[in-house]
Amino acid sequence: MNNHITLTTIIIREVLRFSRIWLQTLLPPMVVTSLYFIIFGNLIGPCIGQMDGFSYNEFIMPGLVMMAVITNSYSNVVSSFYSSKFHRNIEEMLVSPMPNYIILLGYTLGGVARGLMVGVLVTVVALFFTDLKIEHPWITITIVFLTAMLFSLGGFINALFAKSFDDISIVPTFVLTPLTYLGGVFYSIDMLSSFWRQVSLANPILYMVNGFRYGILGASDIDIATAIGLILVMVVATFGVALLLMERGVGIRS
Amino acid sequence: MTRALSIRNLKKVYRNGFQALKGIDLEVEQGDFLALLGPNGAGKSTTIGIINSLVSKTAGSVEVFGMDIEQQPAQAKSCIGLVPQEFNFNIFEPVEEIIINQAGYYGIPRREACERAGIVLKRLGLWEKRRGSARELSGGMKRRLMIARALVHQPKLLILDEPTAGVDIEIRRSMWEFLTEINRIGTTIILTTHYLEEAESLCDKVAIINNGQIVEHGLVSELIGKLDMETFIFNIRERLDETPLLDGYTVRLIDNHTLEVEISRQRSINALFERLSALGIHVLSMRNKTNRLEELFLQRVNQGSKK
Repeated sequence: MNNHITLTTIIIREVLRFSRIWLQTLLPPMVVTSLYFIIFGNLIGPCIGQMDGFSYNEFIMPGLVMMAVITNSYSNVVSSFYSSKFHRNIEEMLVSPMPNYIILLGYTLGGVARGLMVGVLVTVVALFFTDLKIEHPWITITIVFLTAMLFSLGGFINALFAKSFDDISIVPTFVLTPLTYLGGVFYSIDMLSSFWRQVSLANPILYMVNGFRYGILGASDIDIATAIGLILVMVVATFGVALLLMERGVGIRS
Repeated sequence: MTRALSIRNLKKVYRNGFQALKGIDLEVEQGDFLALLGPNGAGKSTTIGIINSLVSKTAGSVEVFGMDIEQQPAQAKSCIGLVPQEFNFNIFEPVEEIIINQAGYYGIPRREACERAGIVLKRLGLWEKRRGSARELSGGMKRRLMIARALVHQPKLLILDEPTAGVDIEIRRSMWEFLTEINRIGTTIILTTHYLEEAESLCDKVAIINNGQIVEHGLVSELIGKLDMETFIFNIRERLDETPLLDGYTVRLIDNHTLEVEISRQRSINALFERLSALGIHVLSMRNKTNRLEELFLQRVNQGSKK
């Protein structure tokens, strides 16, 4: 059994899937990001002035990229895997000899592929509004890859438990979006009172946005080693939980 | 020789407490063409689900070509091809991609997968449709697509769960020919169907499952030999206004020219013809009321229901 072939098969299938429906998957984040730059960056930004020593456009750019990566990684896996359950074509994989960890890894890397592709496209859009100079390329790549992986895994777990299409929109709407908006995309937590700054530190997305911002701008509200360490631990833990759920047949075997 | 399938004391209790399988034992030899028959809810699909790791078993063991599905899942699964009862492919994917992906899930390199996809698609008459999405296929083509998908990794055991349901007679017959051919070249086949004529003409062995238990298992010819009674329908030349008296036979007048006669298999049909001739009744034609396997099936299932 060649697991490399099975893994590649799932990844290629996932990439073809989201590429085929690019109007739903790749174009909307570019449009939304353009609007953020026009409204927040160009119209409201000049009134705000500098933040952490950068223009407002420069400051929000890493957060906007990260926001697109997070939502797209998550939604790619949650919708693709749940659709496979709904149409029962998940059975194609379950009857095959491929181990569960390959199925999990395949969907996760499919989500990472979409997250990264959207990240690149949104960055291209951002170049129309701000200059880009990446201060720490490897940190930038590490943070964006791990974050895409984490939210792909989150989408996978959501899809395992989901019993209807409503169930796959609850977490993105009521958990992911608020945490992202409160994760320091549009502001520095130094602007907050001590109490709210402490509350913000419990938001994992803050570490990802700031870690990514450090990679691009060289400035962050959070210690970069802490950010990478935390994301890494969360990726490992989430992978472990997702695999355990699969082995127990949760949501996939009766 | 290792058995193609060996099921021992297989039990399944679903989370809602429903006991779908009550400890079934089933042996399938290599090269067999077995019909797994049973009424709706008897446990056929649960059994197939467990063999294919889609349903978790509660107790018992399943071995495929000597490999336990829990101890050696990858090896066991490699030997099986499954054609499920309901369409379970992504209807938005192109036909050819569905087959190539399935080959990929079995570890077949992409180039070889493309070649194999071409072979099975041509064999099942889907080559012209390979570029279109699966939703554009007719019902019969979708069934054939599932067969093509199940065969792309060249399984030694093919399991078909009602493959001809809702398929017109022409396509059904071409499927029969195809299945007979792959069985002849060595593929072991397990088939569930509600068309007992299909089971009788295709399969050499039959297992009847009812209420989660195997109630009959053996060669089709031997099992049919166990039938006590057979019912024949006679078309009569003369008009009959009342049921003729034929001692030792159960006779029913269906209409003025049709008689239904139940005959014990211990008795000769010749004797019946003699009695009919003596009464001046001439038989124009005769046929079995139901096919013989159907009769056996109904007997065994009804016995189970009465218990």
